[in-house]
Amino acid sequence: MQYQSQGVAKLYFMAAIGLFIAQIIFGLILGLQYVMGDFLFPAIPFNVARMVHTNLLIVWLLFGFMGASYYLVPEEAGRELYSPGLAKLMFWIFLIAGALTIVGYLAVPYATLAKITRNSLLPTMGREFLEQPWITKVGIVVVALAFLFNVGMTVLTGRKTVVTVVLLTGLVGLAVLFLFSFYNPDNLVLDKYYWWWVVHLWVEGVWELILAAILAFVLIKTTGVDREVIEKWLYVIIAMTLITGIIGTGHHYYWIGTPTYWQWFGSIFSALEPIPFFVMVLFAFNTINQRKREHPNKATVLWAMGTAVMAFLGAGVWGFLHTLAPVNYYTHGTQITAAHGHLAFFGAYAMVVMTIISYAVPIMNGQEAKSNRLQVMEMWSFWLMTVSMVFITLFLTGAGILQVYLQRYTADPLPFMLVQDKIALFYWMRVGAGVIFIVGALLFVLSFLPERKGAAQAA
Amino acid sequence: MQEIFTKSMARNIYYGGSLFFVLLFLVLTFDTHKALPQRDNRANLTEQVAAGKRLWEENNCIGCHTLLGEGAYYAPELGNVFVRYGGKEGIKAFIQSRPANGIPGRRSMPQFNFNAEELDALAEFLKYASEINTDKWPPNVQG
Ligand code: HEC
Ligand code: HEM
Ligand code: HEM
Ligand SMILES: [Fe+2]
Repeated sequence: MQYQSQGVAKLYFMAAIGLFIAQIIFGLILGLQYVMGDFLFPAIPFNVARMVHTNLLIVWLLFGFMGASYYLVPEEAGRELYSPGLAKLMFWIFLIAGALTIVGYLAVPYATLAKITRNSLLPTMGREFLEQPWITKVGIVVVALAFLFNVGMTVLTGRKTVVTVVLLTGLVGLAVLFLFSFYNPDNLVLDKYYWWWVVHLWVEGVWELILAAILAFVLIKTTGVDREVIEKWLYVIIAMTLITGIIGTGHHYYWIGTPTYWQWFGSIFSALEPIPFFVMVLFAFNTINQRKREHPNKATVLWAMGTAVMAFLGAGVWGFLHTLAPVNYYTHGTQITAAHGHLAFFGAYAMVVMTIISYAVPIMNGQEAKSNRLQVMEMWSFWLMTVSMVFITLFLTGAGILQVYLQRYTADPLPFMLVQDKIALFYWMRVGAGVIFIVGALLFVLSFLPERKGAAQAA
Repeated sequence: MQEIFTKSMARNIYYGGSLFFVLLFLVLTFDTHKALPQRDNRANLTEQVAAGKRLWEENNCIGCHTLLGEGAYYAPELGNVFVRYGGKEGIKAFIQSRPANGIPGRRSMPQFNFNAEELDALAEFLKYASEINTDKWPPNVQG
C-alpha cells in the first residue's frame, strides 16, 4: 500500500461483504416464499423481505464504491486522503443509519414506520428501491456529500488522472440523481417518470462510469499496460454509455402514460446500450493480452475479465432481450425483468466490487497477492457464484417465457395466480441455484480470513 | 491505427455526445410535460385519489404487486384491477377479506385493517390508475 490512508477502505469492504451475505439470505427467504406462500407469514411478509433484499444490495454496493474510491483515489492522486478521520466517521454514520432502517423494516409494519418517521411531512416512502424514510434519505445525502468532499479535495490537491476524473463524475452524478428520490408528486405518471431518473440513470448511466473507472484502475495495476491506451478505452466506453443510456431511459416510458414517441426513442437508443458493455469486454481482454507483467494475483485478473463478460451478458444481452417496445409489451413486469435484474446487478456491480476487493485487500494486508491455496479458493467462489447466478437467470427466463405465454399471449389468457402455480418448478430450481450461490459467497469470505499456521506451507 | 483515433478525439466525443444527449433528453422531457395532460388522467386526480396513493405507498403495496408493470412480480398487476374486478366494490371486498394469518400454502396478502374511508380512497386510486392512457397495456385483462 503506497499511502497509509488507503487503509480506511478496509472497513468499507468488510461492511460491503457482510451486507452482501445478509442480502443473499433474504434472497433465499424470498425464493422460498415464491413456492411456499405462507413461509414466515405474517412475521416477515414478502414485501418486507424484498425491501431488505434490494436495499441491502444498494447499500453494500455503495459501501463498495466508497471503499474503492478511498483505496484508489490516494494512489492515483499521489497523496494521502484529505481526511481519513472524516472517512471513518462517515462509515459509522452510514452503517448505523443503514442498520436502523433495516431494523425498522423488520421490527414494525411499514405503515407504522411511515408514521414514526413522519412520512407525511415529506412523503417519499413506498416506491420500489426508494422505500427508506426521508430521514434515512437525508442521511444518505449527508454521507454522500462528506464523501465527495473528502475524495474531491484529494483529487483537486493532487494529481488528476482520467481514472479519478471519470470516477468522480460518476459519483457526483450518483449523488445528484439521488435528489430526485425526494420528488414524489401525486400524479402517478410524473412520479414514475422521475423515479426512473434515479433508477435507470444510475445503473445505465453514472454507475457505468464508476464501473469503468474501477475496472480501468485494476487493469492498469495488474497488467502494467500504458495509461494512454487505457484512458482512450475509458473515454470510448463512457462516451457510448451516455450517448445511448440517457435517451435509452425511454425504454421505461412505453406503458406508463408517457407519449407514444418514447417507443421509438426508447427502442432505438436502448438497443444500442449493449455497445459500451461490449467495448468493456474488448477492453478487458485486449489489455490482459497485452500485459507487460505477470501479476501474482491471478484471482483478481479472473474477476476483472468476469466482470466485463457477465456485465455484457446480464445488461447487454438480457437487457436487449426485452428492450424493444413490441417485445416489452409482453414481457413488461414479468420474471423476464427479474432475470435481467439479477444477472445485470450481479455481473456489473456486485462483480466489480468483488474485483477491487480481490485486488486491494491482500495489499492492505501487506502482501501483493494471497497464497496459492487461498487464491484457488477465491477462484472457486468466483465460479460457484457466477455459474449459479447464470442458472438463476436461466430458470427465471424459463419461468418468464411461460408466464408471458400463458398469461399474456395465448388466445385464452389465464389469471396471474394460476400461472404462477403452473411454473412453480422453475422457482424451486431457482432456490436450488440460490443455495449454491450462497456457498460461493461464503467461500469468498473464507478466502480472505487469516490462514491457520502451517496451512500455507502445506499447500 | 493508434494515431488515427486519438485519446483527445475520444474525450471530445464523450463531452460533446453527453452534452448533446443531456440537452435532447431535457427537450423531450419538456415536451412530455406538455403532452401529459391529455394522457395521465389528471382531471380525475382528486384529493381522495391523492390520499389513496399515500396509503398505497405507506403500506408498500408495490413490494408484492406491479402497478403499470413496475414493482414486484409476486402478486397480480393492479394497474387494471379496476377493470378486472369491474368496479370498486370487488376490490374493497378483496382487501377487506384477507385473513390475518394468511392462507395456508398460498401466497398471502396481509390484513391491513383499513377503515371504510381508507378503502374507498385506495379503490379510487386504483380506478384513477386504470384510466391512464398506457397505449393499451396490459395486453389483456389478466394484467
Ligand atoms: C405481502 C404481499 C402483498 C402486499 C404487501 C399486498 N398484496 Fe395485494 N395481493 C397479494 C397476493 C399474493 C394477492 C393474490 C391473492 C390470491 O389470489 O389469493 C393479492 C391480491 C390483491 C388484489 C386482487 C388482485 C386480483 O387480481 O385478484 C388486490 C386488489 C390487492 N391485492 C390490493 C393490494 C393493495 C391495495 C395493497 C396495499 C395496501 C396490497 N395489495 C398489498 C399480496 C400482497
Ligand atoms: C448494469 C446495468 C443494468 C442493471 C443493473 C439493470 C437492472 C435492471 C433492473 C433491476 C430492472 C427492473 C427495474 C424494476 O424494478 O422495475 C431493469 C429493467 C429493465 N432493463 Fe435493465 N439493467 C441494466 C442495463 C440494461 C440495459 C443495457 C438494457 C437494454 C439493452 C436494459 C433494459 C431493461 C429494460 C427494457 C427494463 C424494463 C423491464 C420491464 O419492462 O419490466 N437494462 N433493469
Ligand atoms: C440466493 C440468491 C437469490 C435469490 C433466491 C433471490 C431472489 C429474489 C426474489 C424472489 C426477488 C423478488 C422478485 C419479485 O419481485 O417478485 C428478488 C429481487 C431482486 N434481487 Fe434477488 N435473489 C438472490 C440474489 C440476488 C443477488 C446476488 C442480487 C444482486 C447482486 C440480487 C438482486 C436483486 C434485484 C436487483 C431485485 C429486484 C429485481 C427487480 O425489481 O426486477 N438478488 N430476488
Ligand atoms: Fe433501464
